Amino acid sequence: MELIQSLLANEIVVAILLSALPLVFILVYALVTLYMEMKVAAHMQDRLAYMRTGWHGVLQPFADILKLLQKEDIIPFAADKLLFQLAPYVVFIGTYAGFAFIPFSSIYIGSNINLGAFFLVAAGSLVVIGILMGGWASNNKWSIFGGLRSASQMISYEIPTALAIVIAVMITGSLNLQDIVKFQEGGIHNWLLFGGPMASVTLTQKLLLIPFTLVTFIILFTASLAEVNRTPFDLPEAESELVQGFNTEYSGMRFAMFYLAEYANMFLVSGVAVSLFLGGWSSPFGSLMSGTIWGIFWFVLKAMVFVFLQIWIRWTLPRLRVDQLMYTSWKVLTPLLFGCLFAIGLILVW
Amino acid sequence: MIALRNYFGTIFYALYTVAVGMKITWGRLFKPAVTIQYPDQKMKMPERARNRLYVNIDDCIGCDQCSMACPVDCITIETIKAPADVDLGVTSTGNKKRLYVPKFDIDIAKCCYCGLCVPPCPTECIVMTDVYEFSEFNRRDLIYNFSAMTPDQIVEARARAKKAEEETAAKKAAAAATAAQAKAAAAVNPVPTTPPATTSSMPKPEPPKPD
Repeated sequence: MELIQSLLANEIVVAILLSALPLVFILVYALVTLYMEMKVAAHMQDRLAYMRTGWHGVLQPFADILKLLQKEDIIPFAADKLLFQLAPYVVFIGTYAGFAFIPFSSIYIGSNINLGAFFLVAAGSLVVIGILMGGWASNNKWSIFGGLRSASQMISYEIPTALAIVIAVMITGSLNLQDIVKFQEGGIHNWLLFGGPMASVTLTQKLLLIPFTLVTFIILFTASLAEVNRTPFDLPEAESELVQGFNTEYSGMRFAMFYLAEYANMFLVSGVAVSLFLGGWSSPFGSLMSGTIWGIFWFVLKAMVFVFLQIWIRWTLPRLRVDQLMYTSWKVLTPLLFGCLFAIGLILVW
Repeated sequence: MIALRNYFGTIFYALYTVAVGMKITWGRLFKPAVTIQYPDQKMKMPERARNRLYVNIDDCIGCDQCSMACPVDCITIETIKAPADVDLGVTSTGNKKRLYVPKFDIDIAKCCYCGLCVPPCPTECIVMTDVYEFSEFNRRDLIYNFSAMTPDQIVEARARAKKAEEETAAKKAAAAATAAQAKAAAAVNPVPTTPPATTSSMPKPEPPKPD
């Protein structure tokens, strides 16, 4: 960072460049994930997916993007034009804002503020507003249903997500994700998933913490699935019942924006889960293979594993009913997390 | 207590079933795909596949039975009777060919691939092949002409058939005339009082007019 700063000698230019870095990453990542999703989906169903564009269809994502660029931007006659046009960008901004608090490496974090984890939860809520906006502005009953479902779902699932983040914050004692990752440095046994480093807790405490942190992590992952509207919690989109829900009326680049936001969100929630509980950019082998570049490698690798897991789950599980969704959030995830919060608090004080 | 056990039991059951499902999809991920990449790879058609019709016109005797069997009338056959002195040869099944077949059209766009035209054929010259890739840009290109005769040959065959027909008609007329005379004579003999003028007033059978 200092190197770039000294090269350009202009803080504003540096700030713009640095803030654009995750965007570049997201664009590349979205292409890769688009391809991966289709291939994984097809092979899980004993199909082949794209085979005609390039070797095993590797050029298909580019073709898809090209197609979306060429498409006409249709705005329904009865739609609320301003909100309709704005919604995809609000959704993407909400997602992209989250990337500011994700530490990609020991030297790169978009915004190194003390309230990173808190802002992360707050920025995630912007996505709900965008989706609700898109659903409402489309003036279409499917879209409205999609928007409403999305709102209720995201509000319900933000509570387990926030509680899980609180648990991580409680153990590490910091809201800055960079600090949380640094706290877990030094190998796989130091990860919060396994109770955190020995420096902060005694062995008994660590052993007692492990079951609770494991449960917390599973709940965080489940809740994050709902946050990104992925199967089995894809009720807002539900193509079979709501005709893609809030993005029914969208076409061309605006639709692509929703799509990009969804994929970016997948990486974001995986990145958060990895940073909080799996040591983020720190190497699982202690000082071996650790460093700035290795940091990026480890972080992206860990996050991609969870992106793959999301895809895997998507092509395995059917969609939940609305009441089951609410049951899962309010009667299972939230009480269990309260239990974990209480237990972990007790263990840490003891 | 039971409620609590049910509650946790449900949660564990949910996690367990998720794990079972994910294990299955993971397994499928590494199984070879069943996709047949159509233009590159093709499925082998079954031995008795009913696809495009083929007519071996050399064996066709022009009996029109396939056309009559066809439920959608996609087969059109025209025939010309060969004169007695022309030998059209025999089919590979040994049937003697007595008719020219100047037109044997199958509108494959109409064909419903029922295969009903195949069994009636006495010489087994109409068969269903396993060819299924014959789409065309123009619908008219789907009318297949199986006749082997050139237009010149058809004109020639028509002319000869007409001539032969006229000849036979003339012969018939002559035969009929002699027969009538004989009849008249026979009629005259037992009753000689009847005048023989009726013979001359009898209308001569005219040769059939060409269509």
